[in-house]
Amino acid sequence: MIRDPEHEKMPRKQLEELQLKRLQAKVKDVYEKVSFYRRAFKEKGVTPDDIKTLADLKKLPFTSKLDFRDNYPFGLMAVPLEKVVRIHSSSGTTGKPIVAPYTEADVDMFAEVMARSLASAGMTKHDVMQNAYGYGLFTGGLGFHYGCERLGATVIPSGAGNTKRQIILLQDLGTTVITCTPTYAFILNETAKEMGVDLRETKLRLGIHGAEPWSEQMRKDIEDKLHISAINIYGLTEVIGPGVSVECEHKNGMHIQEDHFLVEIIDPRTGEQLPYGKEGELVITTLTKEAQPVIRFRTRDITSLSVEPCKCGRTLVKMARITGRSDDMLVVRGVNVFPSQIESVLLEVEGVEPHYLIVIDRHDAFSTDELEIWVEVSEQVFSDEMQKMERLEKKLRAEMDSVLGISARIKLVEPRTIVRTEGKAKRVVDRKELPNSGLIAK
Amino acid sequence: MVSRIKQVSVFIENQPGRLVAMLEALEKNQVDIRALSISDTADFGIVRMILSDGAKGAETLRQAGFTTRQDWILSAEIPDRPGGLLKTVAEPLAKAGINVKYLYFYIEAAAGKSMVVVKTDDIDKAEKVLKSP
Repeated sequence: MIRDPEHEKMPRKQLEELQLKRLQAKVKDVYEKVSFYRRAFKEKGVTPDDIKTLADLKKLPFTSKLDFRDNYPFGLMAVPLEKVVRIHSSSGTTGKPIVAPYTEADVDMFAEVMARSLASAGMTKHDVMQNAYGYGLFTGGLGFHYGCERLGATVIPSGAGNTKRQIILLQDLGTTVITCTPTYAFILNETAKEMGVDLRETKLRLGIHGAEPWSEQMRKDIEDKLHISAINIYGLTEVIGPGVSVECEHKNGMHIQEDHFLVEIIDPRTGEQLPYGKEGELVITTLTKEAQPVIRFRTRDITSLSVEPCKCGRTLVKMARITGRSDDMLVVRGVNVFPSQIESVLLEVEGVEPHYLIVIDRHDAFSTDELEIWVEVSEQVFSDEMQKMERLEKKLRAEMDSVLGISARIKLVEPRTIVRTEGKAKRVVDRKELPNSGLIAK
Repeated sequence: MVSRIKQVSVFIENQPGRLVAMLEALEKNQVDIRALSISDTADFGIVRMILSDGAKGAETLRQAGFTTRQDWILSAEIPDRPGGLLKTVAEPLAKAGINVKYLYFYIEAAAGKSMVVVKTDDIDKAEKVLKSP
C-alpha cells in the first residue's frame, strides 16, 4: 500500500524540483546556524548561493562519522536545545557515542517516514505489530513504535529479548507482523520450536528486518522457517534512524524517501559521484531535518541505486541491499571483500568467536592475492579429534567461499591471540606489519 | 585391565614456545604427565594427555589461556610382546565393528605395565568388548 502517493509517486522532475528547493533552504540553514558547516563550506570555497541545481550538490563538503565525534555532543545542532524534544544515541567508531537530537517536527517526520515504510512493507491498520527492536537510546524501538501508531495499526512494544515471553505474546495477542533484526527472527524460531510452537501455524505473516547486514539467503530461510514475507529496511542514527529506505512488496531494492533524504553514490576512494547502477558508497543529505541536519553524510555503506520504474508505482529511487562497508575494503584477485562479510560468516558458524584478523600479503594500498583469516578456537568448537577440527576448518572455508566469492585460507589460532580493542577493531593487517602491529597478543 | 579415564586435550598453535608455556603451567601447579601424544597440522596441534590430576590440570591450563577439554577414554593394559596390541585391543574392536579414532601408548612406571589409550566411536561398546575375555 502507498501511504503518501503525492510524494511516493511524484513525477521525477517535480520531485527533483522539490528536492532542490529543500536543499537550498537546508544549506542556507546550516551555513547560518552551524559553525562546523560554515567553516567546511569556506574551506571548499562554496556558499549557499552556489547551489543552483541538484548537480551542484557535489560542490559541498562531505560529513563523516568523525565529524560527529569531533563536535560531540551538540556541535552539529542547528537549533537551540530548548527546541529539542528527544535525543537518541548510538555507538560511534572511536568510543564517543553519536548523538541524534530531534525537534517536534523531526519526531513527526520520523513517524511519517516510518508509517510509510510499514505501509510499503505491506502493513495496514488491521495489523498487530510486535516490536522486538530495542527501546531506549537505539532509534529502532521508538522509530517502529511511532510509525505503527501513526499508521493506525496496533503496536505491542515487547522490546528486545525475553524470547519466551515474545512467543507467548505472539500467540495470545495474534501478532501478524514481527519487527526485529534478522538474527533475532532466527532466535525466535528456535525458541518457539523448543517450546513446541510452530510459528508457521500462528497469525504471523510479515517480518520487517534491518539494523544489521543480512543476505538474500537469510531472507529465504526466515521466510521458509517462519512462513512469512520478510522485508528489508534501512536507516542510520546520524540521518534519522530506520525509515530512510524500505522495500515494497516486490522486494527488489529499498525505495528511498527522497522527499526527505537526498542520496548519491560515490567512489569511496576518490569521492567522485558515480552514475545510477554503479556500486559505491551511499551518501545522504537530509532535506527536512531540523535539529541536526546532515550534509553529504558518508554512510560507508556500499550499495547501488536504481531509478528504473517500479511495478509498485513509486517513483522513488531504489537502493540495493548493502553489500558491505567502504572502510577496510579489500580487493582480492579483483573481488571486493569487506571485513563485515567475514564477521557475518563467523556469527553464523555456531561456537566460533567473532574475533578474527585478516592477514594479507599486500601488493598496493588495498590489493592482495591471498587472504588468510585468523579465527580463534573456543572451547565450544575444540575437539580432541583431528577429524572434527579439520571439519570445522573446512566448513569455515566453504562458508567464506560462498559469501566472499573467493577462497580464503583459514588459520585456527589460540583464544585471545587477537588483541581486543575498544570500539571498532582493526581487522586487516599486512603480514609484514604483523609482528609490530600490536594486534596479536603473543 | 580396562578402565575409563579422563583425558585432557589442549589446542596449541604450531610455533616455538607454545609447548613450553603449556608444560610450565603444569609444572608450576605440580601436575604430572603420565602420557602425552600430539597430532599436528601446519598451523596447530592437539595435545592429548593423561595427567596425575586431570581436573586440576585442565583448570590450570585454562587459566593459562589455553583452550582445553576433558574426555572419557579407555585405558587398557597390554602384554609387552609381539601381537600384544593386536590381540588385546585392535582385533577385538575390529571384530565388533568399532572404529578407532586414535590411540597412543604409555608405561605405568610404578607397576611396570604397558598401557594403551584408545578413543573409539563408541566408548560403551568398546569397553564391553575389551572387558569380555
